[in-house]
Amino acid sequence: MSQEQEKNYLENGEGFASWFFTVDHKRIGIMYLWAIGVFFIIAAIASFLVRFEHLTPGQTIMTAHTYNVLFTLHGSMMVFLFIVPGVAASFGNFLIPLMIGAKDVIFPKLNLYSFWLYLLGAAVFMIALAAPADTGWTFYTPYSIESGANVILITFGIFILGFSSILTGINFIVTMHKLRAPGMTWDRLPLFCWAAYATSLLQVLATPVVGITLLLLIGERFFGLGFFDPARGGDPVLFQHFFWFYSHPAVYIMILPAMGIISEVIPVFSRKPIFGYKAIAYASLAIALISFLVWGHHMFVSGQSKLINVIFSVITYAVAVPTAIKVFNWLWTLYKGSIELSTAMLYSLAFIFLFTIGGLTGLFLGALAADVHLHDTYFVVAHMHYVMIGGTVFGFFAALHFWYPKMWGRMFDEFKAKIAFVLIFIGFNVIFFPQFILGTLGMPRRYFNYAPEFQSLHQLSTYGTWIGAAGFILMLWTLMRPLPGKAPGNPYRSLSLEWSMDSPPGTFNFDEIPTITEPVYNYGTKIEEES
Amino acid sequence: MDNHGSYKSLINIWILLMFLTVVTVGAAQFDFGAWNVPIALIIASVKAGVVALHFMHLKHEDGLTWVFASYPLFLLFLLIAFTVTDMFSRVVN
Amino acid sequence: MGFFDVTSKVLKSIAYPSEMVPSIDTEDDGHHHFDHETEHSGAKLGMWLFLATELLLFGGLFAAYAIYRAKYPDMFQHGSQSLNVVLGTVNTVILIFSSLTVAIAVKAIQENRIKLVKIMLWITIICAAIFAVNKYFEYSYKFNLGIFPGTDIFYSIYFAATGVHMLHVFIGMAVLGVLLRKVYKGKYSKDNYTAIEIGGLYWHLVDLIWIYLFPLLYLVG
Repeated sequence: MSQEQEKNYLENGEGFASWFFTVDHKRIGIMYLWAIGVFFIIAAIASFLVRFEHLTPGQTIMTAHTYNVLFTLHGSMMVFLFIVPGVAASFGNFLIPLMIGAKDVIFPKLNLYSFWLYLLGAAVFMIALAAPADTGWTFYTPYSIESGANVILITFGIFILGFSSILTGINFIVTMHKLRAPGMTWDRLPLFCWAAYATSLLQVLATPVVGITLLLLIGERFFGLGFFDPARGGDPVLFQHFFWFYSHPAVYIMILPAMGIISEVIPVFSRKPIFGYKAIAYASLAIALISFLVWGHHMFVSGQSKLINVIFSVITYAVAVPTAIKVFNWLWTLYKGSIELSTAMLYSLAFIFLFTIGGLTGLFLGALAADVHLHDTYFVVAHMHYVMIGGTVFGFFAALHFWYPKMWGRMFDEFKAKIAFVLIFIGFNVIFFPQFILGTLGMPRRYFNYAPEFQSLHQLSTYGTWIGAAGFILMLWTLMRPLPGKAPGNPYRSLSLEWSMDSPPGTFNFDEIPTITEPVYNYGTKIEEES
Repeated sequence: MDNHGSYKSLINIWILLMFLTVVTVGAAQFDFGAWNVPIALIIASVKAGVVALHFMHLKHEDGLTWVFASYPLFLLFLLIAFTVTDMFSRVVN
Repeated sequence: MGFFDVTSKVLKSIAYPSEMVPSIDTEDDGHHHFDHETEHSGAKLGMWLFLATELLLFGGLFAAYAIYRAKYPDMFQHGSQSLNVVLGTVNTVILIFSSLTVAIAVKAIQENRIKLVKIMLWITIICAAIFAVNKYFEYSYKFNLGIFPGTDIFYSIYFAATGVHMLHVFIGMAVLGVLLRKVYKGKYSKDNYTAIEIGGLYWHLVDLIWIYLFPLLYLVG
């Protein structure tokens, strides 16, 4: 390869302007990574404090109002600033063009504008913290109309963030339709790209509905429109309908890219072709389609009609099918593989384990009768975190480790990273497993205070945050201090396209657009031995 | 590439749209009872279809564009169908 | 780089996106451009996707309309009859006409008839302005009668739906204005008209939404 003369993308230009005004998808991906990383840490600190407060019943370190503000901050920041834009915008930007054999995304400037919009939205969101919202991240009416907090500004910030997310989604979809290298047919497309495609569909088609919902909420506070206000003939449940029409597909915006990452990592470290490639690819699309049909399962106890409850409950079971298909296919890929327990692989295996727990407890909540008992308890909190942390964040960490050599051109200390993994894994389970029990015992979520008999479980959960935080700090420490020496182009003997170039890649990715002749996951077959 | 139709055909389409606008306003002068809204929506959809097919060249676009142009209509239908079903199947004590 | 430099550079890159890449790094130029056919069909596909999001943005309003109309038929009957059908009809005719002129502009640029493009874009923008003026009269008439958003659910929907639509008219005017300016600068030709085509698509959407809003709000009383 003649890339010796060409500078890699990290060296091509220095200083603030060379990053802030770049149209290089890799640099934009890295900037997203830094931005979401910062917000992740802020939101994680908020949750750390919230858990600390629960060390004892009654007031431990903060007032009830501070508590409401902090869990709202934690939830809305994690959802809107980290996890929704997170994996798709950072790793999607970095990887999609590399994986499909393109020099960039199709609208490079639009890509940069999306990032600026993200920053603008985040800035508005942060300014709103001057009078922080205490409504919970869902902004349910009527409280969000009455609350004295800065609801208008924070929802406007989220509106801008949604706009950024839509533009990124459009960019990715068109890129994957128009810029695949010759021979990169849809049935050779890496599964991360399939997942990113399904994610983008959801971003494009669901986000505008939350956009208008938040605009109407702003209108409600400004003009008293009355759509969501029973005193004016409106209906607060309608707000929940609109909100969840977006926010249920949004949970798949959060999890699908992580599923894509797992589908990339597992075959590499099992040295086997992925089992059921087509099933996994189509399952991503199926999830994208069905997820629009189930939003009402968040509203079983909201006063929604019994008829619609039954309909939504039945369809909710249907959405579990494509998800289960993926899990089974990953397991079959592992079966009789020659498994290498690298850090990325450990996170991926943990993903399968934790995500399965999260998914199965979701079925309890999708069942009408059980949900009446479990709704708005810690059971929901635990379920949701098993999916969002055990799923998405573990997938995100897997990606951070897996593509680390490609992104930064260096290697990291696997041993320390594995210790960090063990701490995070234990910490996570100690935090959230007790919350399943708390929830079934009747501990409601978002409550400042609790009955004394819950104290031991609450304390256990809080201790878990300390273990998890220690692990997270160790992970950061490890990743911030790469090993000396340059990373090889393909340290894991992976067969997909992004590993076929130097680490880190040159600014323009490919000197010549490659022609693809084989499926991506031909591990352990004749083709691999030849190469 | 997209060089379809002529100026004359565009103007013909416009005349058709003007005619349909007259039909819209005209139909509103009569009371069809429960059919008022469906009739108005059908005429509006014909107009919208004409604009999309001819002015927006959907007629000449590939299947993919058709999918992206029509799928949101399905989602819109879902949103309205489920919320309306909920509203009018609630049992108020 | 100071704060002022960054801000001015951000604004400049938004105002002149086509000039942005070379001014930042001359080496980038050329490498981030794909072949003409790919860019053209990609831009159109992207625009259709964006139109899908716009449709769903209005979706919430249509859903609210469906629910509250079924719930309060008398309020909607009464409110709808209080709207000015003549002005609404005039605005409908104006918007459909502007759709025609934009369609002609797209056709004309494909044949390199630059002068016709200029005339058609001017007419489109003027139509949009007339539409806005009519809406201004409608709104101020209602305000004088003491009718505001929030007076009742019907008027809330009326103001919200036409207000969001009006916002799109203004955005459309701005888009067409930028295109017109670039036509004067000689940026477009029969080999390079993607921007005019997708700008035209956006303007047609503004028309499409109004085609539904007009009978639903003004006529079905």
